[in-house]
Amino acid sequence: MSAVPRESTGTPKEARAAWWLLAPALGAIVLFFALPVVAGLLLSFTDFDLYAIADPRNARFVGLGNYARLLRDPLFWKALGNTFLLVAVGGPLTLAVALGGALLVNSRLARLRGLYRTIFFAPVVTTLVAVAVVWRALYHPRFGLFNQILGLFGVPEIDWLGHPRWAMFAIVLLSVWRSFGYCLVILVAGLQAIPETLYEAARLDGASWWQQLRHVTLPLLRPTLIFAGVITTVGFFQLFAEPYVMTRGGPLNATLSIALLMYQQGFRWWNMGHAAALAFTLFALILATSALQVGLRRREARR
Amino acid sequence: MAGHANQLGAAGLLFALAACGAREPDPNLVRFWAFGREGEMVRELVPEFERRHPGVRVEVQQVPWTAAHEKLLTAHVGNATPDVAQLGNTWVPEFVALEALAPLDERLAAAPAFAHADYFAGAWDSNVVDGTTWGLPWYVDTRVLFYRTDLVAASGGPWPPRTWAELRQTMARIKQRGGAERFAILLPVDEWDKPVILGLQAGATLLDPQGRRGAFRDPRFRRAMAFYTDLFAARLAPPVTSSGVANLYQQFEEGYFAMVVTGPWNLGEFRKRLPPDMQQRWATAPLPAPDAAAGYPGVSLAGGASLVIFRHAAEHDAAWRLVEFLSAPAQQARFYELTGDLPSRRSAWARTDLDADPRAAAFREQLGALASLPKVPELEQIVARVAEAVEQVVRGSKTLDQALAALDADVDRMLEKRRFLLDRKAGEARP
Repeated sequence: MSAVPRESTGTPKEARAAWWLLAPALGAIVLFFALPVVAGLLLSFTDFDLYAIADPRNARFVGLGNYARLLRDPLFWKALGNTFLLVAVGGPLTLAVALGGALLVNSRLARLRGLYRTIFFAPVVTTLVAVAVVWRALYHPRFGLFNQILGLFGVPEIDWLGHPRWAMFAIVLLSVWRSFGYCLVILVAGLQAIPETLYEAARLDGASWWQQLRHVTLPLLRPTLIFAGVITTVGFFQLFAEPYVMTRGGPLNATLSIALLMYQQGFRWWNMGHAAALAFTLFALILATSALQVGLRRREARR
Repeated sequence: MAGHANQLGAAGLLFALAACGAREPDPNLVRFWAFGREGEMVRELVPEFERRHPGVRVEVQQVPWTAAHEKLLTAHVGNATPDVAQLGNTWVPEFVALEALAPLDERLAAAPAFAHADYFAGAWDSNVVDGTTWGLPWYVDTRVLFYRTDLVAASGGPWPPRTWAELRQTMARIKQRGGAERFAILLPVDEWDKPVILGLQAGATLLDPQGRRGAFRDPRFRRAMAFYTDLFAARLAPPVTSSGVANLYQQFEEGYFAMVVTGPWNLGEFRKRLPPDMQQRWATAPLPAPDAAAGYPGVSLAGGASLVIFRHAAEHDAAWRLVEFLSAPAQQARFYELTGDLPSRRSAWARTDLDADPRAAAFREQLGALASLPKVPELEQIVARVAEAVEQVVRGSKTLDQALAALDADVDRMLEKRRFLLDRKAGEARP
């Protein structure tokens, strides 16, 4: 079989056996992944909606019409802007907090490392609905903890989730809190892979803590950081649950992400064609961004 | 033909879903879906029905309200709808467009017990689409004013308000006494029902007669919006969203607001959640009208739920018997005792304590003045967009006229498919 790489040591018979062994998994992938994706792509070229559920003859082939409509839709641009804001602010913030936490957990000075690790990782595995109840209470304009603390410093009442100016900030804060633990675990693994001898050498040369961080830790951690960066960026591009449970995209669509808009169009209003076009637009965006980050990593590796 | 290829794709998609199989209805089994609390309590009525119809079994499936709409739609696509279901009034046109429901007119003509006049007219009307009756009102729901009697009395304002001007005057007086941190009325800015009710009161139709385009720039709707948004500008209502209201009952009790526009379920909730010393200090009143000429009370929404029979069960006699049974005044009265849902028939009210309850009287009066929303499947999407337009004005991100123009443009876009289908139908009808 031509698909088997030449340097493979297997005989043609073995290769055939390999295909048979792979067949169930490949079949499942084709059935549950490839087919739906192709169906989704076809769907995005139609205006399949509620009326078409009643009678398929009510669906029209619109070509790239759904995509053209997206470009003219102010709501799409609003959601796109929000999503970029989430990625641009939430991504780096998550990485920064995770890096800080990872250094703390990894530091030889810190006691109770296991405890810290558990505390930092807990938000990742906590059910979002429970998290939402607590955070909504924290954000409450009149009785919430945040406003009571700020009130001590004379800051006037802020309607965190109810005001368009603050709602996105509130969602970013919650998302960072929820996602940094995962990055932290990855970064800790990266930190532990850095040989202790390098630090010893640096200390002998009289490097300060800051210099060790800049010239030893960060350069060696770079591949891990880029990997964590890609994961976080993709996560923020697809952010859905946090605005869905906290604000439903409001107020005034200030927290509407692309994924949430897709859900609303698809499952609230049943504009399936439109929602499918949104899905593929989001896919293209994530693909482009990830390619950029991975390209960055390759260039790094070649140096 | 280009049109053909896409039909094939769509048909293939549907085929995959429909393959789950159409079930032949069993004449002795009625599958009934009811939502939330209704779904829980209706089980209490089933034994009596089964006693009266030996051999027939009712299978009640309780579905949470939040999942109800989605579940019914997917059931329809997968050919797995129940025989009988509860359906929110505003969903009826959507399920009619899906061709999911069985028409009830023939059954009704053969059942003289359904004195049409016994039902609250507005509730009945919300089940009639294109001249055909698709559902029977099971219980009714509308919005009236709940208010603090002490705060209203202290303000000395005209009460109960018969016109918008009187309501506004009383609100201003309450606000004057309450100060900056207290408000006359609670109107969460992300809710569409209040602005839409005001629009209907002013005579607005929301859409043009055939439901082809938005009619929000109509002077009548504009007038209602101007009145509504000015309540926020004058600080009579706080610009909060529904998620910013932590505990309605507690905030009502502490006097954060003196009035709220809400539905019958809160009769029971206010009784249950407000402390004993508050119980003598709240009451209800019908909604005011725009002016004296419009007649009192002003209209409110025809909400509530209906009982429908799905298309595949159109010939299913036991399904119809169940609908008939649940609609009988005696069962409606019993259902009220179980759930607190207001019966849709006047003769059922007479069998309960409702007629003696002064707080229910406002609902009774209001139920005589109901208005229906436009019967288009896109309605939910349209009213959600109305709430957004209102919020834009309240937050000052758009002027009233800008917001209404943008609203009309968006609604026209939502109705594009409907216009296409209407035109195509008209084209086919022509020789």
